[in-house]
Amino acid sequence: MKVLIVGVGGALARLVALKLRESGHTVIGIDRRPWWDAPRDIQVHEVDIRKRGAEDVFRRERPECVVHMATVNALSAAGEERARINMGGTKSVFDHSIGHGVQHVVVVGRHTYYGASADSPLYHTENEPPQGMGNFPELADLVAADLYAANMLWREPQITTTVLRLVYTLGPSKTGTLASFLRGKRVPMVFGFDPLFQYLEEEDAAAGICAAVEKKPRGIFNVSGPAPVPLSTIARETGRTVVPVPEPILKQMLGRFGFPKLPKGALEHIKFPIVVDGSAYRKATGFVHLTDEVEVLRRYRRISPV
Amino acid sequence: MARDEAARDLVERLELPFNALGVDPYGISKKHLATFFGMLGFLYRNYFRVKAVGLENVPKRGRAMLVGNHSGGYALDGAMVITSMLFEMDPPRLAQGMAEKFINQLPLGSVWSSRCGQLTGLPEHAERLLMDDRLLMVFPEGARGTAKLYKERYSLVDFGTGFVRLALKTRTPIVPLGFVGGGDAVPTVLNSRTLGKLMGVPYVPLTPYGFPAPLPAKLVVHYGKPLVFEGTGDEEDSVIKGYVDEVKARIAELVEAARADRRGERAAS
Repeated sequence: MKVLIVGVGGALARLVALKLRESGHTVIGIDRRPWWDAPRDIQVHEVDIRKRGAEDVFRRERPECVVHMATVNALSAAGEERARINMGGTKSVFDHSIGHGVQHVVVVGRHTYYGASADSPLYHTENEPPQGMGNFPELADLVAADLYAANMLWREPQITTTVLRLVYTLGPSKTGTLASFLRGKRVPMVFGFDPLFQYLEEEDAAAGICAAVEKKPRGIFNVSGPAPVPLSTIARETGRTVVPVPEPILKQMLGRFGFPKLPKGALEHIKFPIVVDGSAYRKATGFVHLTDEVEVLRRYRRISPV
Repeated sequence: MARDEAARDLVERLELPFNALGVDPYGISKKHLATFFGMLGFLYRNYFRVKAVGLENVPKRGRAMLVGNHSGGYALDGAMVITSMLFEMDPPRLAQGMAEKFINQLPLGSVWSSRCGQLTGLPEHAERLLMDDRLLMVFPEGARGTAKLYKERYSLVDFGTGFVRLALKTRTPIVPLGFVGGGDAVPTVLNSRTLGKLMGVPYVPLTPYGFPAPLPAKLVVHYGKPLVFEGTGDEEDSVIKGYVDEVKARIAELVEAARADRRGERAAS
């Protein structure tokens, strides 16, 4: 099968590309970023998904499956531009897919769309609406892109649409929200709070995405692996030191003294858990993670010492 | 009679799926449980000298719902019921209550309630725990129950009906319990909502001696035979109300039995 990965320059997307290639698929990629050491048989087109050149790739290559991994999650990216990429990019993926005979579109999103709050259930199922923008308006464009993709399930029934809400990843690329949080020797936490975090080893996360390509499940799915672990345990098991800071002081420290500049709503994500129930996806695809929660942390401690 | 085993050893014997880090899929932590029950064990055995009767009515394994009356100005009753399940059941069981929403908003309250398995009171949590064959603890009187004054300590206020619908939907046996003595431990004469607002809680019970520190009153809890209702949980309100009244009547009987038991113990001592 010919698979086009949009956003192939990202660390996780590259792993997905390599895994699909190993499984015998023809893989092509689109990204504004280069992939210098891409295998020769993976064609990478350096083009923005929103530009005409991207549509040319769809027209010429006629992929059967498209994996959309070109959303920008980093909050450091300027809000307006980020929203344009996330919404405009997702729209382009579907416009080109509809126009050029794509049979299956996989949209890879995040589990954080469900939102973190004191009174939200511990295990979110796909039946719940994503409420992430309630106390974290900066997530609105990502939630909107996720819902736009979900709309395609009934608006374009000729295309099999799979919307994935993937938990945090941790692994050798040392990128992603959780890895950023563990970057320093000291991990700041809100005093008196210790939320559960759910993560997949990068290889497992890539395998989870590949399972969607292979099994073509139609619908919205949470993708999770091992049981969640408290943030303080994650920090300690990876060799970091937990620094509990009272919330009013932590708010003042954000953007100063080497602390990242984060929106106020981001603090909710280190106060309350966002944990998803991935059983529907496991049932639909047979996906099983290989690395448990303890081993993921042990490996990360080795590859990312402080 | 509570076993003389250390809380840490009893926690080790809990039949919960802890991982190598000592954490279960709900975030329940062995380390926190050992500390929590270490403190509660002292209160249970030495301070309140809790007497638990009818423990054979609580299933050793599988889903069940402990449903009881509130006794005392705050969750003293729930804490002692949970402790009785760990210290007196063999194998020990972890009863999981549904915590008031404000607790999860409080620093430390959030960590300790979740690490000890006392999740925020949401229908989703209750259903998931039962489907996972856990032991759920429910006080259908809600916050109105803990707000009972000293003179009302043996009365029952209105029961919510959600617990019966949930029991029917999940085919869960209801184990009724009657708890007495909490009203003597925390003899509430007034509930101050103003103080509560200042402290971030719904109210603060005030006692004749001011602050609601618990007195060393003897506490007694009687567990009754499980009640099993047949249905889907989607029945008419009138049907559900009938089941709720049945549970409430059984709890009232158990409260009376526990009162008589407590009077007898006091007379004998």
